[in-house]
Amino acid sequence: MSKIPSDLRYTKSHEWLRTADGGAPGGAVEIGISDHAQSALGDLVFVEVPEVGRALKAGEACAVVESVKAASDVYSPVSGKVIASNAALATKPELLNEDPYGAGWMFRVQTDAPPDAASLMSAADYAAYLADEAK
Amino acid sequence: MAELQSREPLIFELSKPGRQATTQYPPRVAGSAEIPAHLRRAAPPVLPAVSELQVVRHFTRLSQMNFSIDTHFYPLGSCTMKYNPKACNTFAMLPEFLGRHPFGPEPQGFLACMYELQEMLLEITGMQAVSLTPMAGAQGEFAGVAMIRAYHRSRNDAGRNEIIVPQAAHGTNPATAAMCGCSVKEIPCDANGDVDIDALKAAVGPATAAIMLTNPSTLGVFERKITEVARIVHEAGGLLYYDGANLNAILGKVRPGDMGFDVIHMNLHKTFSTPHGGGGPGSGAVGVGARLLPFLPIPMVGKDGARFRWLTERDRPQSIGRLSGFMGNAGVNLRAYIYMRLLGRDGMVRVAEFATLNANYLMKRLQAAGFEAAYPARRASHEFIITLKRENRLYHVTAMDLAKRLLDYGFHAPTTYFPLLVPECLLIEPTETEAKEDLDRFCDAMIAIRREMEQEPEKLSSAPHTMPVRRLDDVRAAKQLDLAWKPAA
Amino acid sequence: MAFIPHTPDDVARMLEVIGVRSIDDLFEEIPGELRTGALKVPPSIGEMELGRLLTERAAGDGRPLNFIGAGAYEHHIPAPVWAIATRGEFYSAYTPYQAEASQGTLQLIYEYQSMMCALTGMEVSNASLYDGASALAEACLMAVRTNRAATSRRILMPRAVNPTYAQVAKSIAGNQDIVFESVDYDRSAGRTLLESLQPYGGQDITALVLQQPNFFGCLEDVDQLTDWAHQNKILVVAVVNPTSLALLKPPGLWGGLIDQPPGADIVCGEGQPLGVPLSAGGPYFGFMATRMQYVRQMPGRIVGRTLDAEGRPGFSLTLQAREQHIRRSKATSNICTNQGLLVTAATIYMSLLGAPGLERVAAACLQRTADLAARLCRVAGVKPAFTAPRFHEAVLLLDRPVAPVLAALARRGIFGGLDLTDRYPELGHALLVCATETKLDADIDSYAGALADIMAPSRAAA
Repeated sequence: MSKIPSDLRYTKSHEWLRTADGGAPGGAVEIGISDHAQSALGDLVFVEVPEVGRALKAGEACAVVESVKAASDVYSPVSGKVIASNAALATKPELLNEDPYGAGWMFRVQTDAPPDAASLMSAADYAAYLADEAK
Repeated sequence: MAELQSREPLIFELSKPGRQATTQYPPRVAGSAEIPAHLRRAAPPVLPAVSELQVVRHFTRLSQMNFSIDTHFYPLGSCTMKYNPKACNTFAMLPEFLGRHPFGPEPQGFLACMYELQEMLLEITGMQAVSLTPMAGAQGEFAGVAMIRAYHRSRNDAGRNEIIVPQAAHGTNPATAAMCGCSVKEIPCDANGDVDIDALKAAVGPATAAIMLTNPSTLGVFERKITEVARIVHEAGGLLYYDGANLNAILGKVRPGDMGFDVIHMNLHKTFSTPHGGGGPGSGAVGVGARLLPFLPIPMVGKDGARFRWLTERDRPQSIGRLSGFMGNAGVNLRAYIYMRLLGRDGMVRVAEFATLNANYLMKRLQAAGFEAAYPARRASHEFIITLKRENRLYHVTAMDLAKRLLDYGFHAPTTYFPLLVPECLLIEPTETEAKEDLDRFCDAMIAIRREMEQEPEKLSSAPHTMPVRRLDDVRAAKQLDLAWKPAA
Repeated sequence: MAFIPHTPDDVARMLEVIGVRSIDDLFEEIPGELRTGALKVPPSIGEMELGRLLTERAAGDGRPLNFIGAGAYEHHIPAPVWAIATRGEFYSAYTPYQAEASQGTLQLIYEYQSMMCALTGMEVSNASLYDGASALAEACLMAVRTNRAATSRRILMPRAVNPTYAQVAKSIAGNQDIVFESVDYDRSAGRTLLESLQPYGGQDITALVLQQPNFFGCLEDVDQLTDWAHQNKILVVAVVNPTSLALLKPPGLWGGLIDQPPGADIVCGEGQPLGVPLSAGGPYFGFMATRMQYVRQMPGRIVGRTLDAEGRPGFSLTLQAREQHIRRSKATSNICTNQGLLVTAATIYMSLLGAPGLERVAAACLQRTADLAARLCRVAGVKPAFTAPRFHEAVLLLDRPVAPVLAALARRGIFGGLDLTDRYPELGHALLVCATETKLDADIDSYAGALADIMAPSRAAA
């Protein structure tokens, strides 16, 4: 059973999103990948995060996570500018496995528009989505 | 192999400055030719400095750490690890063949062999023309899809850029499609392993360029509705591409051309027994039906009266072009030719028969021992799938664990985790060159491992125990990249 | 039955276990209307007869004196190379996916990768690609993936680069909207001048391909051209000859004259000169090396050193997930295989020769070609085409069409070189000749003597 914190939002491609009022620092939106995703990938060997200053569009592939088994793109759920990325992941990709919602955060975006609510799921909806996928 | 447990040092670790194998050096040539100073190398490259005996001993010892067909039963599904006849190598290395520069006048003896190889491949596949230039299966695939694109473009139908691929297909298929500017549409198979016809009907349309299939499929079973599949795709305006990886199952029994395929790539290093060489070289000859004739990659071998020659851009202006610096893996193609002459008409028919006999026998024996076949209601083709999903649930062992334990019993493991559709699977292909006793010994090993699964599963999860190394840390290999020895600064 | 060990008794027992009456029953799933009749291929013949047939055919092809280079080079191959490479444990082994059962192959490839890094001066090498031409195609795809500063897919391809390589790059990369811009060479020098590149300065260009020595055998001014490319944020794709690297500045050190980090960005080329016979054009192998920061964009297999469960060093294929990822990125590759057996031969070759031996081979090639060019140019009607310094090939200009001259030489058992008329018609009657360390004084005498005879005034315009 994977962890799905209730204060976050989730995408169909297994990213999570923490909003500013949800405690994301700097008034920006914080993004990472879910516990289900890190578990499916296995031990991560390499993580690439977008550079600070990069402009992103919602749905754009902007990061890479790579394990021995698979390499996957990570998509930004929001449009805006990257104001921070987790440099620690360059030398310790395992942080993402150990603490995907905390120390394993990937990047933060100063949004230029509110995120598209239709593309984001609540924790409950995401749990149901995962159960459906498993069938 | 038990005695060769000590690690063999790197050749660099055996080196000593000043040590040389001078017999190999050419004589010094007097003269004043030199490279201008600004283009000259300042420091020599750090290469090994060892004696000839050290080289021979080092690489011989390395070879002894390998499993190979010459030493072990190697039932790798989809790879066709059959015996590589020594005669193929001996004759291919005749000095006149070996020393021939590709840009010299056309070598009639060598080209006669290539021409005859083309002809034999045509007869076996039921196609209309063959090009021997692609250097591997993946290049053959690329050629096939590129030809399909060229065909549609030539008919002002460039909007056809979707390739339909069964879910169980080999991973190169989507990559090849992308290389040719196409996208992939996956369709499922039904519970018996055949293509889902309804899904296919829904998937075809004006954007369909082609369907990529292999028959028998990667699930190890014959695509029974192939004639219907061909009809549906052709009627929708698409073409049929045959992945020839499993040709060993149908050689002499059925021909892709007769099944309706428009293009086929063949893996000469599988069905036609050219050496796997530790990862290559292969050869991915392509054959086509009438629709794709103009687009074959060049060069090809042609005949003017009694004289053989290369057919190039001038002869084939609509060709998709060249894929290699010369004409592909000539020496590999020559070995395939030699193999096919040794087999002859009677031998070729036996290949599929005995490959299929061996596979079905193995499947029945393993089922009797308690292993679960993925498609128990179907005949095996030349290979079959065992799934360990039940054993995984009961004993927490994986296909990987069993594969590693088989190494301890002196067998190379079957292919694992392919096709991705079947959980914890082993794809087993014995080939026709294995004797019944060797198949029986393999079954005995599998039975012994099954007992271990039930009683001492840690023997599997910590396997292998008797190889030169224990199980290797893949995660560390990818995280702490050590990809070359570097001299101490 | 060729290679099939089953006795009738074996077959009977096996059919019984399966539960069918005949082997034919095993094919019952194949629809009857698709079943093939007898194959119209020749009947089987045994080793003895086949040996005679092939020996006759080979004898017909003969063993001429070879002075052709143009991408495939005749070198002495030491006896141990193929004696070891054809050991069954190397010859009949598969790709090393079960690493614990393939430590021989894996360690060998690791040693190969190390040697290629040493030779090219680059940080990381892969386990090989199919050949030099397709390696260049892959390098171009990699440059598109890697160059973040460029959004165009324009690649500068000098005409002095092997024209077949340029064609192959187009065949393979052309379907992904990659545009190759042709850059001319200087007609008198025989190399690519900075002035030809400068018009592209400041434009959105992804990469510059630089072959050293170039197809004419001439040496390019690699430092100057590399620095220009880097100043303009253009990646440098180097195509190099491994034998020449014993004498020439390695691509890892190109440039750096002005304030730019030195080195080509992606290095590739044909590995055939390292212990692989000419064998009518293949199998050869392509090599590729790059900067460590680009390793995840490099196609092909890579072997890494790691530890096993007991802390002992061992080798395995690594970065394999990256191969799938490359398939989904900006410029896709589908390559799976490497050229294992040829890499085995090359590694043994480089181990035997070492740096001093390779230097001796390269120096002999340099001198022999200089001698050959000088001798041939003493024949009336023959002169050198270019002024740039050379390695082991030279372009000569004849006063008459090349093809009949080559045909006359071939009748005397000499393959005189490659006729460049079709590839570079603007040069006139041009011939590319090559002399490696395998050519002795007597060989060069034979060629020069035959050429003088063929081109004697009494035979002018024959």
